[in-house]
Amino acid sequence: MTAFVSPAELAAKIKSGAKLAVPPDGSGASVGLTKFIIENGVKGLHLICAPVGGLQVDMLVGAGAVSTIETSAVSLGEAGGAPSFIRAIKSQTIRIMDATCPAMLTGLVAAQKGVPFIPMRGLIGSDILRTRPDWTVIENPYEKDDPIVAIPAIRPDVCLFHAPEADRFGNVRVGRRGELQLLAYASAMTLVTVERIVEKSLLSDEATSAGVLPSLYVSAIAELKNGAWPNALWGEYERDTAEISRYAMAACTPEGFNGYMDSFRQSAVS
Amino acid sequence: MSEATARETLIFTIARLLEGVRHVAVGASSPIPAAGAMLLRALAERRGGEAVRISILGSAEHNFFTQGAGELFDCAAQGRIDAFFLGGGQIDGAGNINLVGSGDYPNSDVRWPGSFGSAFLYYVVPRVILFREEHSPRVLVEKVDFISAPGTSPAGIYRVGGPYALLTGAALFAFEKAKGRFRLESVHPGHTVEEINASTGFAFAAAPSVGATPRPDKETLALLRGRVLDELAETYPQFAEVLHADAAGLAA
Repeated sequence: MTAFVSPAELAAKIKSGAKLAVPPDGSGASVGLTKFIIENGVKGLHLICAPVGGLQVDMLVGAGAVSTIETSAVSLGEAGGAPSFIRAIKSQTIRIMDATCPAMLTGLVAAQKGVPFIPMRGLIGSDILRTRPDWTVIENPYEKDDPIVAIPAIRPDVCLFHAPEADRFGNVRVGRRGELQLLAYASAMTLVTVERIVEKSLLSDEATSAGVLPSLYVSAIAELKNGAWPNALWGEYERDTAEISRYAMAACTPEGFNGYMDSFRQSAVS
Repeated sequence: MSEATARETLIFTIARLLEGVRHVAVGASSPIPAAGAMLLRALAERRGGEAVRISILGSAEHNFFTQGAGELFDCAAQGRIDAFFLGGGQIDGAGNINLVGSGDYPNSDVRWPGSFGSAFLYYVVPRVILFREEHSPRVLVEKVDFISAPGTSPAGIYRVGGPYALLTGAALFAFEKAKGRFRLESVHPGHTVEEINASTGFAFAAAPSVGATPRPDKETLALLRGRVLDELAETYPQFAEVLHADAAGLAA
């Protein structure tokens, strides 16, 4: 059954060395839980971005919690490059596994389906493929001379995201953010923060139930108001552009990053 | 001659490059390509032609996908997307693009965000327009340091898509697929062929007569400054303001 826990208890389920999968900024990254993860002193995370990373990924990297990133990009969108990520690449403190968006998604779909790989077009002749020894080119078994890349299944230990609401049965409304459903299907454990928990089952209304992730896939839920802030949360609040710019400026140095995170933690806790 | 700004000429050029497409997708943070696609749609409607569908990623107003991030790629894989835009920190003369970084991979001197969907979309979308405003030897290099996606593929590799044109803030190149190289088509008003030769880091062919990139006529310009900017403001309010200010500066 889905557990209902506090944000701190939810964060405690993310252990050092875990393969942790997260969605992009604006598609439900649980930025609010990041401070709890960092406070737990978690190290050596293998981040899986579905399919790109943003503010949350940059915070985890800046805090030294990450050893490997598997992604097709990390950026702060209109606020520019992700400063901690860029610094970590230059100083060789993280391992980067560069991918392309549909390859990240295809790997997760393979895990969802319980198959070892799914073939995908593109990639052949790119340096992405050349620098991914874990990817293999196979022959199309149904047609001669048609090489195609076999993307291996990506099976995260845990995925984490933020959504507008859950019901008390553990069902979570994700709307049309299909990548959140995909994360849950593919991961061994699914942790969700939500703006609110409602009494009525989200599956009771046939008109909207298609956008609901059933509790079957949801391990634990914590209520965390404004959990996506400063990113946007669909139907709830807009992106706080000024705050993200403030982060982008501050995180240009390790000292600035630490200062920002101290106040970020305090403001979010209070 | 119309009094179009440099950006308005770029937007009009994108609309010309998109002539005939049914569905164009635009990545996040791409206001000029988005405006070009919206101008194409407005022009098609004015002519009574077939409606043009536009998908702008990251926009609630112009994004009709309901299955999440993967749907765009599935759509492209099936040939349901006719045109897309890609950029790059480096673009070379063979149409290879680099969105990852300069210097030795993986510890790049300069690291950019990453390849996003390029290593797939470049292969499957028939008309990929490379758009980068900066026209300099730093961006337009002889050979990219990292191939996020190659300009062409050898025979036997599934490749129905690829580069169609390269548009910069100074010039327009067509891509010659058979020869795997760019051909200078036109130079934007205010720029010269000599300047393009000096600021392009790769060798390229030239069209028999390299003219000036056409500017929009009065009617097209009115459509762009009216309806298109109104539509654009829904997704890119700040950029729409900049275009308004540009045009006002021209009139002053």
